[in-house]
Amino acid sequence: MIGLTHYLGVAAALFVTGIFGIFVNRKNVIVILMSIELMLLAVNINLVAFSAHLGDLVGQVFTMFVLTVAAAEAAIGLAILVVFYRARGSIDVEKVNVMKG
Amino acid sequence: MTAFAFTFYLFGVTAVIAGLMVVLARNPVHSVLWLILAFISSAGLFVLMGAEFVAMLLMIVYVGAVAVLFLFVVMMLDIDFAELKEDLLRHKLLGFLIGGVILGQLGFGFATWRTADAAGGLRMAPIEPGVTNTHALGMLLYDKYLLLFQVSGLVLLVAMIGAILLTIRHRRDVKRQDVLAQMYRDPAQAMELKDVKPGQGL
Repeated sequence: MIGLTHYLGVAAALFVTGIFGIFVNRKNVIVILMSIELMLLAVNINLVAFSAHLGDLVGQVFTMFVLTVAAAEAAIGLAILVVFYRARGSIDVEKVNVMKG
Repeated sequence: MTAFAFTFYLFGVTAVIAGLMVVLARNPVHSVLWLILAFISSAGLFVLMGAEFVAMLLMIVYVGAVAVLFLFVVMMLDIDFAELKEDLLRHKLLGFLIGGVILGQLGFGFATWRTADAAGGLRMAPIEPGVTNTHALGMLLYDKYLLLFQVSGLVLLVAMIGAILLTIRHRRDVKRQDVLAQMYRDPAQAMELKDVKPGQGL
């Protein structure tokens, strides 16, 4: 029987994959942003799983708010990335600490 | 194995594998495509849990908007990805270490977690049988959580304005059409007639 723990297992695997991706792809900002999206997706799966398990709809409402913030974060992150690429001609984040004006 | 379990394992395993491929794919375009697959499989999981509205929202917002935005940026910027990839697995050990620690912590959390006896009475919005998911969510979102709903709209507005402000640039070196200047152009001043005498020139 598929229960709460199965969904939590999938969510945990996705979350750890996201963290792993941030550490492995240190230079590529795009993949780091995608890893953050994966982690938010894992959180959403957790929220919906508990919502379904406890019979409380509020978890799904909060999933929607997480979704909203994730969309806003992706838009702003990619905009910053485009500006950074225009200034540098590269998206290597290891050189971000030498920002000049 | 029941059909339900089979569907769960199909979507779950696909989601995890797609998530891993997002991280490990050599080409970022492939990463975005794997990300789309992970979102679609998660939407399937949501449908299995009875959250159809959130599943459809995931398809529209994530697959339709966010992933396409990623795809646009990846393809628009002319980046030498081979240069970025050369030490892909240099930090593998650190990643494995921290991922393992967090996985262990989550496992501890799962192992010791149990529902309290009084939890049923503490529910904010119990799911009523017979009411569809979308209907119930709408009743909740436009009633109890109206303020949060509006504020999340404000978050999106601020993000939109911020993204536009960050990426807009006024280039001085390109010529643009000035419609008003064209409309108010006066033939009497724009053109001068000269009577050239034969054999003299101007």
